Amino acid sequence: MISDLISNTLRFAILLVLQLFVFNNIQFSGYINPMVYILFVMMLPFETPVWLVLFSSFLLGTLLDIFCDTPGLHGTSVVLLAFLRKFVLNLFSPRDGYESNTSPTLYQLGFGWYIWYASIMVLIHHLTFFLLEAHRFAELHKTLFRSLASGLLTLVFALLYQYLIYRPGSAKS
Amino acid sequence: MRNLVVFFYRNVNLFVFIILEGFCLFLLYSRNHYQKAAFISSSNRIAGDIFTTVNSMQEYFHLKETNENLAIENATLRNLLRSAYHAVDLREKSVNDTSYHMQYRYITARVINNSVNRRNNFLTLGVGSLQGIKSEMAVITSNGIVGITKDVSPHYTSVLSILNKEARISAKIKKNDYFGSLYWEGGDYRIATLSDIPTHVPLAVGDTVTTNTFSAIFPDNILIGTLSSVKVKPGDNFYTLTVRFSANLKNITHVYVIKNLLKEEQKALEEKSQNDK
Repeated sequence: MISDLISNTLRFAILLVLQLFVFNNIQFSGYINPMVYILFVMMLPFETPVWLVLFSSFLLGTLLDIFCDTPGLHGTSVVLLAFLRKFVLNLFSPRDGYESNTSPTLYQLGFGWYIWYASIMVLIHHLTFFLLEAHRFAELHKTLFRSLASGLLTLVFALLYQYLIYRPGSAKS
Repeated sequence: MRNLVVFFYRNVNLFVFIILEGFCLFLLYSRNHYQKAAFISSSNRIAGDIFTTVNSMQEYFHLKETNENLAIENATLRNLLRSAYHAVDLREKSVNDTSYHMQYRYITARVINNSVNRRNNFLTLGVGSLQGIKSEMAVITSNGIVGITKDVSPHYTSVLSILNKEARISAKIKKNDYFGSLYWEGGDYRIATLSDIPTHVPLAVGDTVTTNTFSAIFPDNILIGTLSSVKVKPGDNFYTLTVRFSANLKNITHVYVIKNLLKEEQKALEEKSQNDK
């Protein structure tokens, strides 16, 4: 339990810094802005109470908003994502439920499961974010393109994170 | 009463969600007068300090370019100086008064935060109200316009970039002075749209687009860019024009903030004659 707390707090801080100083500076053709920080919400253990998921995501989103000069934008989309997380997890749950003391990661549930879970989560967040940012339907096709393109890049980073950085041994113990 | 408590207890997650999401949405929609919530913006002292530190590191990577730009600008300024002396000599011979009144003051500033990849982009400058910055002043670089100042704190200023859906700038074609309205439609950060120019005006790709003084923010004839495409939609009375910015908005490190000393006078006069109608 305690090690879960420490590793998730660390992930919170690292993803916040990476998002601010690395991923926000990725400017592919002026459109694409991957938002890898939602990995924090995606990787919280299954047993985390929903109110805790909500509060921690709210904190993460609001901190990002303070630094990005976008009051409420990251906050709204990441809190919505945190609320819908439970439903997405239920949607993909195995027949006899998830094992206790595990997290939704590629190592514990396999590539096929993870890619579905990650795609839905990324899509929810990016669509909310870019629709709220543009806030008009006149540019709908542009907004959808931005969400899909940025989402794809976020997904690539999410997979890289699972393969390169995340160590399954340290989180299981 | 007991039932109410049980009801709240059962749905605690839903209520937490509604409260947090409500707060975020409130922030999102009150952003236009967010001087009130000024602590959530990068005019904020702490955020500003952190960006200053990171930016002072990033500046090293741009040193070469900045030097080149400075050298070019120095050369331009030297040329201006010589011609200025010449003009003054002439004037003293022919006109016997102080007919020139200073209208614009230029203040240099360092860009400490910038973005071009969002739909609504802002910059943060390392100068503030202590240096005499107010909101609604023009911001330019040595080769083009950048935006208009928005919120000001004692040490920092946030700038509404021209790459923002709120930004609309009055612009004119330099060769014949027809004016239109310039705005950004999102997407490519190098290209803007110019509207409201009637189709009987002769235009060509490559024509220079500059600012005019209609909004009392920009001085006359500050370069914006050049026309990159000139099209007419069938049945339309106005051109569909795209303008390629002359300033590269992605790698600016130093800008000038322009203070119009006669702005209040122009605005007050215009308001007076509109109210008299």
